Amino acid sequence: METSRDDFVIAIRSAFLKKGTQQRFSLLSLIFFSIIFLILGSLNFKAIDYVKITIKEIVYRSSFIVSVPENFIKDSYLLIKNHKNLYKENKKNKSELEVLRSKDLLNEFIILENQRLKSIVDDYLVKSDTMFAKVLSDKGSPFLKSIIINKGSKHGVNLGMIAMDEEYLVGKIVEVNYLSARVLLLSDLNSKIPVTVEPNGLLSILSGTGEDYGVIQYSKQYKDIKSQSIIYTSGTSGLFKAGIPIGRINSNFLSDERKVEFFSDFSQLKFVKIFSFVKKEAE
Amino acid sequence: MRNKKLTRKIISKIPLILLFVSVLNNYDFNYLGLKYFSFNFSYILIFYYSLKKSESLGYTFIFVAGLFNDVVVGTPIGLSSLMYLILCVAASYLRNITLRPSLIKDCIFFLMTILLINSLLFVALNFIFNYELNYFDQIINITYTFLLYSLFSNLFDFFENYLVGSNNAE
Repeated sequence: METSRDDFVIAIRSAFLKKGTQQRFSLLSLIFFSIIFLILGSLNFKAIDYVKITIKEIVYRSSFIVSVPENFIKDSYLLIKNHKNLYKENKKNKSELEVLRSKDLLNEFIILENQRLKSIVDDYLVKSDTMFAKVLSDKGSPFLKSIIINKGSKHGVNLGMIAMDEEYLVGKIVEVNYLSARVLLLSDLNSKIPVTVEPNGLLSILSGTGEDYGVIQYSKQYKDIKSQSIIYTSGTSGLFKAGIPIGRINSNFLSDERKVEFFSDFSQLKFVKIFSFVKKEAE
Repeated sequence: MRNKKLTRKIISKIPLILLFVSVLNNYDFNYLGLKYFSFNFSYILIFYYSLKKSESLGYTFIFVAGLFNDVVVGTPIGLSSLMYLILCVAASYLRNITLRPSLIKDCIFFLMTILLINSLLFVALNFIFNYELNYFDQIINITYTFLLYSLFSNLFDFFENYLVGSNNAE
């Protein structure tokens, strides 16, 4: 009994303390370093912050370079997939285009009228300078749905700015480095934004799920949310302008929760628009 | 002669290169649209090489790879390093107590280790750092990492025996 306990202690001690031939540090000392990193990092210790920023700048750039072969395979795969569906999509697009052209004329009038009315109630927000950023990395890890962009504090990116793909909202800036920044996507589990469900005009919260869809939460009127309803930002947080399109309630998902299919495909993002909204000065 | 030496050196560094490529690239196969498929290649690589050829990777490089992984994934810096090093401790312990190595024993020990590591990761991220995690995703990740261990173990064995071995013999 005594001997087996001794063996266990010897094996554990050797595992923790024995250094290999070319090893400078033992496992125990490196574990100790990691814990110090974690504790000081969570306390926002200055020196650790500088180390973090340096590592981030190096890693984001090298991650972009290292991902080139995988991105090439990914792009080729998607290209072939899209090519196969081209004829069917073209036919569908043509018919949709006809409908949209007629709607567009009506929309232009409504937009102008809406702008006039919003400026009367002092609610009209305008964009700050828009900048386009390239997506350096879009690692869809099970833990965090985010993208890294090639614009940072040097280019005027600030925390809380929003990221859009064409006219669709994709997320907001949660981390800013000197030459890069991280955008937390709407699909992330930690993303929660105030939204309006149209045509009912219901106010609710859109929560990410960690998958490629979101869910409508904290609404008492679930049964009123119809299939194919459109989700827009509500603008109640003051961060987003009201009326930015996000996604649509998917009819296939109508079993229990109100699941939202995003308009933008987050796995296909190459460039995003970055800006914030500021209130228009009274003229 | 010099060329051979260089080739040998490069081949011996392949596991290390693979480790850094895997943490920087995070092979995710997202574009295939496989909803229920994810595995942690770094765990397999680190466990295998810490168990079979501990001098190939080096604990310091594993620590640095962990820091890089934290930056790529967005978890608190130092957390992945800690998990990787715990994996090394487990592998090193298994190496010390094993007289007759067998793949089944390695696999079972690997499963227990990744269960422990992922539980620690879940507790740390969820309760200490307030990250919301999907429990189901973690289970899938653990399952595939475990299932793929034997496959990669055989591949690494082949690589070590036929490529590295033949190069050293020359």
